[in-house]
Amino acid sequence: MTRADVAAAIRWIGATLYALFGGADFGAGFWDLVAGGAQRGERPRGLIQSSLTPVWEANHVWLIFILVVLWTGFPDAFGAVMSTLYVPLALAALGIVLRGAGFAFRKSIRRLGARRAMGATFALSSVLTPFFMGTVAGAIAAGNVPAQGNGDAFASWTGPLPLLVGALFVASGAYLAAVFLVGDARRAGGREAALAARSGDPATPALPNPDLETYFSRRALGAALVAGAFAAAGLVALHAEARYLFDRLTDQGLPLVILSALCGLGVLLSLLRGWRRPLRPLAAGAVVAVVWGWGVAQAPYLLPTSLKITESAAPPDTLAAILAVFIAAAVIVLPALGLLYWLSQRELLND
Amino acid sequence: MPLVSSPGLLPLPSLGSNLLAAHELMSFTLGFHIVLACLGVAFPAIALTANYLGLKHGDEAAMRLARRWSKVMAVTFATGAVTGTVLSFEFGLLWPRFIERFGSAFGIAFAVEGIFFFTEAIFLAIYLYGWKRLSGWAHFWSGTPMVVAGIGGAFSVVAANAWMNRPQGFTLDPAGKVVSTDPLRVLFNPAWGYEVPHMIFAAYMVAGFLVASVYAVGMLRGRRDRLHRLGLLIPLTIALIATPIQIFVGDMAARAVAHDQPAKFAAFECVRKTGAHQAEYVGGVCTSGGVKGGIAIPGLDSWLVGFSTGTRVTGLDSIPPAERPPANTLLHLSFGAMVGIGTALLLLGVWLAIAWRRRRDMPRTPWFLRAVAVSGAAAIAALWCGWIVTEVGRQPWIVQGYMRTSEAVTRAGGIWWAFALVVLLYAGLGTGAVLVLRAMSRRWREEGEEAGEAEAPYGPPAAAGEAPA
Ligand code: HDD
Ligand code: HEM
Ligand code: HEM
Repeated sequence: MTRADVAAAIRWIGATLYALFGGADFGAGFWDLVAGGAQRGERPRGLIQSSLTPVWEANHVWLIFILVVLWTGFPDAFGAVMSTLYVPLALAALGIVLRGAGFAFRKSIRRLGARRAMGATFALSSVLTPFFMGTVAGAIAAGNVPAQGNGDAFASWTGPLPLLVGALFVASGAYLAAVFLVGDARRAGGREAALAARSGDPATPALPNPDLETYFSRRALGAALVAGAFAAAGLVALHAEARYLFDRLTDQGLPLVILSALCGLGVLLSLLRGWRRPLRPLAAGAVVAVVWGWGVAQAPYLLPTSLKITESAAPPDTLAAILAVFIAAAVIVLPALGLLYWLSQRELLND
Repeated sequence: MPLVSSPGLLPLPSLGSNLLAAHELMSFTLGFHIVLACLGVAFPAIALTANYLGLKHGDEAAMRLARRWSKVMAVTFATGAVTGTVLSFEFGLLWPRFIERFGSAFGIAFAVEGIFFFTEAIFLAIYLYGWKRLSGWAHFWSGTPMVVAGIGGAFSVVAANAWMNRPQGFTLDPAGKVVSTDPLRVLFNPAWGYEVPHMIFAAYMVAGFLVASVYAVGMLRGRRDRLHRLGLLIPLTIALIATPIQIFVGDMAARAVAHDQPAKFAAFECVRKTGAHQAEYVGGVCTSGGVKGGIAIPGLDSWLVGFSTGTRVTGLDSIPPAERPPANTLLHLSFGAMVGIGTALLLLGVWLAIAWRRRRDMPRTPWFLRAVAVSGAAAIAALWCGWIVTEVGRQPWIVQGYMRTSEAVTRAGGIWWAFALVVLLYAGLGTGAVLVLRAMSRRWREEGEEAGEAEAPYGPPAAAGEAPA
């Protein structure tokens, strides 16, 4: 492996983590959007908010990480992507602003009307942002970004494949989020039952959280099916628009594609059977396998099929610096992130 | 060079107007982010000071301030994070040629920054949401990594900016492509040593004076309880300690700029002709015939550069016309305003120190509170002025001596539209943040400390408690 490959792998690790944590974060916003009126949606929204609040900012630093590694390690590819896909990228940036502001402001205000407006902003941009990011990924996969940049500003990302990948990003985020929320609902239910038992107060019976658990597991099931359908349609589009990727995905990438499909089936089975433990690892596995399948299929290319990883790579010392930063991040940031998720899963973080 | 292959959103915007539009968009979004970034860098230290005093002396008012400030931070951080993300996109969207050519050098600092952003976001969340369940001191310590991360984050971003002023640590092939880099020399370029501390102390000044000014306004409105006194004194003390150091560093910076970036120095000091015995001008308009309307102090400029009125200072006549910075009057007045505000804030500190020595209390006159009330805005103004000096003073270069800004700009159309949209969006963002913070403070006043947020985002009115907001 050359240094360039290592840097590309680091970026791909960042992309994987963003797909998992950022994806679930956006997906939670999707469920907020479709939770219905104030009355009906109150409890799912409450769960979504308490699950997201401590982690949403950290979840999004992965995006910064990807951008920075790309522009430092592969400046040519970065320039080419940015000068071609500036429309969906600018729309995604807009979505990020609206989403962050909507979420933070909603938490801090009380008036119902304003909360609703902020909540709608948050929820709607939670759907649009991953969609536009997906079109960017799809456009790159389809080979619509020429190595020298300045590709067509619209045709590059409005074909069937980019649009399908956009939809797939939304659906897989929703799927991950629903799976994660099943677990959160279960824990929240347990905590409330324990509190009620301790207070021994018959007037405040344990809130029936099993219904939230069912609520999200039903939605996880739906989202899994929809995401699976988009993925299948994506394969067809890949065959038509990105033959290079398709051929390699069904060759070198095949084991990972199969792994992903198996994980997906495992999730369906667990949901139907009510098994909770394997749910999260399997759902995450399905997404990780797809992301790496794509990575393997695209392998020597950063921009299929016009720019190779080695052609676009920065000088070796810069790549070494990226590796050093990555190691430092693994030593400093990963334990801290672990601490954050651990504290938040143990319900030690709330206000 | 490939031709523009996309029609853009606007019919045929000329590159000239693209450059201007991109300038406007970049400086507007940076100017917005930098204020929030200052809060990100320095607010944790201020809140933790209150937290420490509260824990150490069992001071309920200090604890309450720390709790409130952490809620305020949640809002300013979120706004800072989204505006910062926009900046990361903008580098690519507005200056794709710049990143393409120099990303492998310039980007290194930003890669380092990633670590600090993570650390900051993680420990902010732990501190912010750990009030209830973590023990007092564990909770206090969970906040301290934020202080380090803020300083580290400021170091890496500003080192990147310093590199644009004093680029080094790379070699180019004949075609101008970067073929090798030396990451440590990129990070520790000759300008980082003054730009980075100058920015960090600026952040402590901006955050400190800004928070103090909020409580000064409250005290002027008659709220003179212990909470308000502490809310004023803690951040004010921190900012006032930073002020003299900041002036010292600024003085160092000015001398270094005179040496290393003579065009910038000549432009903001309005030095026309190279030579000794240069006068320092306070105020005034720069014209080709010299400074009009300012107060001249003979020899002072030379003295400031080399501690002798005989020091030779490079004038604009030694700089090729195509490399002279634009807008000299703007630069001159911005520099003057920064120095003037710094000096005024120093005097504010002297005033407080004298009163404290006499009576162990702050000055009684409402004029003191009025001065503190405007100090936050003044510090922000100095911050912006400093950045104007640095950035406009570097023009026409984006990478001093290597790449012109006009070569770096995007060919994409519609930048003016984007600019208009971003101004509207940020106006909404700013207004939203201010309204949210004001509603929070009103709620604290009316309902006491525990008036937290409602549990669910929006339950039915009865449950959400239609609070008077
Ligand atoms: C609270 C804000 C503040 C205050 C009171 C001052 N400055 Fe400043 N100044 C900044 C905030 C700032 C800054 C954070 O905006 C800049 C922009 C880039 C940088 O490194 O710091 C800056 C830049 C900057 C530069 C340009 C550096 C460069 O382009 O490389 C010089 C020469 C000075 N300052 C000098 C001074 C002096 C002599 C001051 C004395 C009173 C002073 N500053 C007070
Ligand atoms: C640390 C960080 C910073 C970096 C890396 C940086 C980088 C840049 C870049 C790439 C440009 C584009 C070139 C151009 O428009 O001329 C620019 C311009 C500019 N920046 Fe900065 N900047 C930083 C901080 C700031 C801040 C905080 C402000 C403002 C408050 C600022 C004000 C400006 C202005 C006014 C211009 C336009 C100059 C002109 O139009 O002549 N910069 N900067
Ligand atoms: C050109 C310039 C800049 C870029 C591209 C940039 C980029 C960013 C990004 C991407 C974030 C979000 C990180 C997150 O999600 O937590 C951010 C936040 C932040 N930035 Fe900037 N930044 C710039 C200038 C500055 C400057 C000049 C400073 C400081 C001195 C600064 C300090 C911070 C800090 C402390 C945060 C943490 C969040 C907050 O405080 O609100 N940034 N910035």
